[in-house]
Amino acid sequence: MTKLSEIAFKIRSKNAGPFWLTIDIFCASRKDFERVCQLARSTRVAQVLGTDEAQLKRYEIADLNVLKFSLPRPQIQGTRFDRDMHGASFAVLLADLEG
Amino acid sequence: MTHSNVTKILIPSGALGLGYDRAALARGVAESPDLIAIDGGSTDSGPHYLGTGTSKYSRGSIKAEWRELMQARAAAQVPLVIGTAGTCGADSAVDWLVDITKEIADEEGMTLKVAVLKSGQSPTRMAKALVDGRIHPLEPVTELTSEVLESCTNIVALAGAEQIQRALETGADIVIAGRTTDTATIAALPLMRGCHAGGAWHGAKIGECGALATTSPNTGTIMISFDAQGFTVEPMGEAAQATPYTVSAHMLYENSNPHQLYEPGGHLDVTDAQYTALDDRSVRVTGSTWVPGAQYTVKLEGARSGGFQTVSLALVREPRYVENIREWVADIEAKCTAKAKERLNDPFTLELRLIGADATLGNLDKTATIGSEVGVLGIVTAPTEAISREVAKILNPYLLHHPLSEQEEMPTFAFPFSPAEMSRGEIYEFCLNHVLELTEPMEVFRLEVLEVGK
Repeated sequence: MTKLSEIAFKIRSKNAGPFWLTIDIFCASRKDFERVCQLARSTRVAQVLGTDEAQLKRYEIADLNVLKFSLPRPQIQGTRFDRDMHGASFAVLLADLEG
Repeated sequence: MTHSNVTKILIPSGALGLGYDRAALARGVAESPDLIAIDGGSTDSGPHYLGTGTSKYSRGSIKAEWRELMQARAAAQVPLVIGTAGTCGADSAVDWLVDITKEIADEEGMTLKVAVLKSGQSPTRMAKALVDGRIHPLEPVTELTSEVLESCTNIVALAGAEQIQRALETGADIVIAGRTTDTATIAALPLMRGCHAGGAWHGAKIGECGALATTSPNTGTIMISFDAQGFTVEPMGEAAQATPYTVSAHMLYENSNPHQLYEPGGHLDVTDAQYTALDDRSVRVTGSTWVPGAQYTVKLEGARSGGFQTVSLALVREPRYVENIREWVADIEAKCTAKAKERLNDPFTLELRLIGADATLGNLDKTATIGSEVGVLGIVTAPTEAISREVAKILNPYLLHHPLSEQEEMPTFAFPFSPAEMSRGEIYEFCLNHVLELTEPMEVFRLEVLEVGK
């Protein structure tokens, strides 16, 4: 079993405005990118992020060897139950995906 | 357009208050830019700033950096434009930066024409626009009623290139704009001069975070040169390099769709963009497309009160309590909530987060482990300051002494502060993810020209 964080060289999550999160998975080569696309199936990604697969937008950007996911924030930024103002820690959930 | 009509926009950094490499800024000024553009904020630090209409950065930092940019403007003899002044771009935040500008002009003996563009919207007028069917939701759709609009402490509309162009047409030395899209201050002049529209918006997106689209983000300063076919990116920091990879990857940054960017009046599409290294530090980009929309719309942002908050922090180090921390906080949450409901008739929420366990991700964190100590952060939110403090005070004895079982001596836990309760004051929430239809770009924006300085 290999973790996503052992294949990708950087996984970054950020806000894309107060209502969206966006997670970028950067790979160093086409081979790593293809492994990451295989491992990070949308069903599993939606599950670990606690969202519906229908809400998850997936972009496979082969030119950059980047797999990107965008999803509505689990809590709107800064509301009372939001835990992470900048959405920075969601990347960790994908880093731990194994396959 | 001929080669001599190349329009060079100098961007000192990603935002005023973040700092930049002074040598890089000086190099940029020496290269004769046509305009200096800088962003003054964004929503990224949360709803407090729009809710209160205030700046995130210290007045001293803003004044120091703004003075240097005003000096750079004087040296370059070109307009200086700031968008989203004062973090949130509300009218009060614009006034705050205008005051700072007047002080600096007086201190420096500068005489300046300042165009002030305001983006603030009246809640009543927006409620009418909602009834008239001129406000439309964006994804993810949130419910919007007239009551929500009228409860906002600040609503702003995001100005685009057209409104910045009106401000530039006044012949102003400095443009201080309220809420603006991140790209508008950069794209406005190239578009006015007939540069390639797709290139103008794409180059503006690449430049809006300063040198973030290069190998040395901390150098801050970048020059984007626009022309009839596209644009060229050149960092001003000595060690910074723009590469086809750093430039093209920047479309991913804080952007939910890596191929498109929506602006008032249409959207940018970069699907067919071509990135070419001109040398080891500059990149040429062509092939981006601007797709005009059927209707001119501006995005709205609004913030309203989310109640008042009081927090407490207790530290648990005793191994048996650390080991059973979840059971301990669940018991406190239940008992304290019941007691507060018995004593108060007002609504509130109480939440205990475990710092050192899963405070960051909550239920999504399936692999959290607990170390030798845990911070227990109690968060009370209620409709008034007084109620939030009352509930937090009811929580206090539990965090101090609550036992895991009845058959044990009363334990005591560590509070780092006295009083243990810390008022966070009024909290705010973003409540608009919508666009407003306009009949013409200036319909809801106000432009004023001031003469400042001696």
